[in-house]
Amino acid sequence: MEKILSRNINVPDSQSLDVYIKRGGYDALKKALSLPSEKVISIVAESGLRGRGGAGFPAGMKWKLLPADRTAARYLICNADEGEPGTFKDRQIIELDPHLLIEGMTIAAYAIGACRGFIYIRGEYDWIARVLVRALREAEDKGFSGVDILNSGHQFCIDVFRGAGSYICGEETALIESLEGKAGRPRLKPPFPAAFGLYGQPTVVQNVATLASIPFIINMGPDVFKSFGKPRSYGTMLFGICGHVNKSGVYEYPMGTSLKKLIYEVAGGIKDNKKLKAVIPGGLSAPILKADEIDIEMDFDSLIAAGSILGTGGIIVLDEDVSIPFVAQKAARFFAHESCGQCTPCREGTSMLKLLIDRIAAAEGSLADIEQVLRLCRYIKGSTLCAMGDAAAFSVGTMVKKFREEFEALVK
Amino acid sequence: MDNKAKRHIIKLVSRFPSKESALLPALALLQKKYGYIAEDDLVELSEIMNLPEARVFSTASFYSMLSLKKTGRYHIQVCMNVVCSLLNGASLLSYISEKLGIREGEVTPDGLFSLASVECLGSCGYAPAIQINMEHYENISIEKVDGLIEAIKKKER
Ligand SMILES: Cc1cc2nc3c(=O)[nH]c(=O)nc-3n(C[C@H](O)[C@H](O)[C@H](O)COP(=O)(O)O)c2cc1C
Ligand code: FES
Repeated sequence: MEKILSRNINVPDSQSLDVYIKRGGYDALKKALSLPSEKVISIVAESGLRGRGGAGFPAGMKWKLLPADRTAARYLICNADEGEPGTFKDRQIIELDPHLLIEGMTIAAYAIGACRGFIYIRGEYDWIARVLVRALREAEDKGFSGVDILNSGHQFCIDVFRGAGSYICGEETALIESLEGKAGRPRLKPPFPAAFGLYGQPTVVQNVATLASIPFIINMGPDVFKSFGKPRSYGTMLFGICGHVNKSGVYEYPMGTSLKKLIYEVAGGIKDNKKLKAVIPGGLSAPILKADEIDIEMDFDSLIAAGSILGTGGIIVLDEDVSIPFVAQKAARFFAHESCGQCTPCREGTSMLKLLIDRIAAAEGSLADIEQVLRLCRYIKGSTLCAMGDAAAFSVGTMVKKFREEFEALVK
Repeated sequence: MDNKAKRHIIKLVSRFPSKESALLPALALLQKKYGYIAEDDLVELSEIMNLPEARVFSTASFYSMLSLKKTGRYHIQVCMNVVCSLLNGASLLSYISEKLGIREGEVTPDGLFSLASVECLGSCGYAPAIQINMEHYENISIEKVDGLIEAIKKKER
């Protein structure tokens, strides 16, 4: 299969500008710069490209939400926070093909009229940030980035900004707050970043893999991009498969690829020939699927129909020996730890969830505690400032609902 | 903080469209240099950047990679999220704890090591993972951890 996001990664020295250029790199940028910026926006809109950071919002549509007046400063931010447990796809792009991201980002900046951009990368990815900084310097030296890009008169300067260990800073408005030197507390929306983002200016935030898909779309045209995947979920996804599989790793496949195939063929099946118990299909925030629910296609709509989400495409595979209450305990602890504490339903809700699940897992709980977990999850849903509360409630709530007998066995 | 750090921070401030954006990089710089951020440095930073002390403290206390308490010169963090703990991360934490004779949140008497658990490090495909200061180690095992700790001890002896 032709690759969009991982076509360079097995080439020796794939991080270097020379290799990137030899393989057709920065051709898309040249092409984009020769087109009116509105045309670039419409090509991306036509491709149907949707965000790869978890929410799946159409990129072209987001760009069209920016105010028409282009005179005020506007910003483009690449979200490389990658904090969702089970997710390790963006790092592959940055580590092995940084220029793909830089090119995609520079094209997007030209399209929306941003002169300044930031790549917000999680602090723990220090060595990857260094790869990126090196690549950026190279790109600037050769005129692919910076003040006068390829003598076009267009300017786009990128800064690498390191996070400092906070999951919530992946939420785009918390990320903006963090870039402004504050604690990562999501903003009340609206206004959305398109209207009021970094320093109060119009801002677009886009995931690494979303931006890295753009050079292909510009080079090959939206129709070729749409020949991958399926309606409403075009293109490919970098699936990160981890947990109890024989060959964990990052694999690029078209949207809509069967989850069963990804686990049993691509990732080599379950470790030690054990049976599958469950799969968390899109990062820890995605509601869990039971073993008999994995005969589905990995695209936005199919996963929603199955009661889960595609999320980040980070697939956590759990074998028959895994205790789901144990997983729920880890999830509850995670969300309680990462809640920014700003809104009550999330702050109190996640810590109460943790307390109850801990009690149940320690075999000190009661049936009433299980009911209370489910009630809490219902209360949290839809009542928090950002999507993290929902994520906690759906993630933990679904584990309890689908594997209730395991929780009950612990309290009897 | 020393003069070099101060100069570095002043330079950082000029790099961003708004000075506030230099706060997190400045805090990270102090963290990296001293292994933690002392209260005096927070005060000094608020003066250099002309930001309210409360604002500097609010940011400094929010992020898990910034520590307001002295940690060991080698701060070992063990991932305890779902994938790592299912793939032996949990036993790694207890192993290191026993080996160093400290629990989570503690520092060895010689100040060399401190230990903490941490949420997902983005290494789930290469689990279990640990981090020592800014270095990431993946597909880690008890033997590998032993090697790392012994190497540090030897280097620092
Ligand atoms: C709690 C939370 C954490 C998030 N973490 C990330 C992240 O690490 N990376 C990311 O790209 N998007 C993350 N998002 C989604 C962003 O808010 C935003 O939708 C995304 O960056 C937009 O880019 P995209 O449309 O290209 O996906 C997170 C959202 C929430 C609610
Ligand atoms: S769970 Fe440990 S790195 Fe993700």
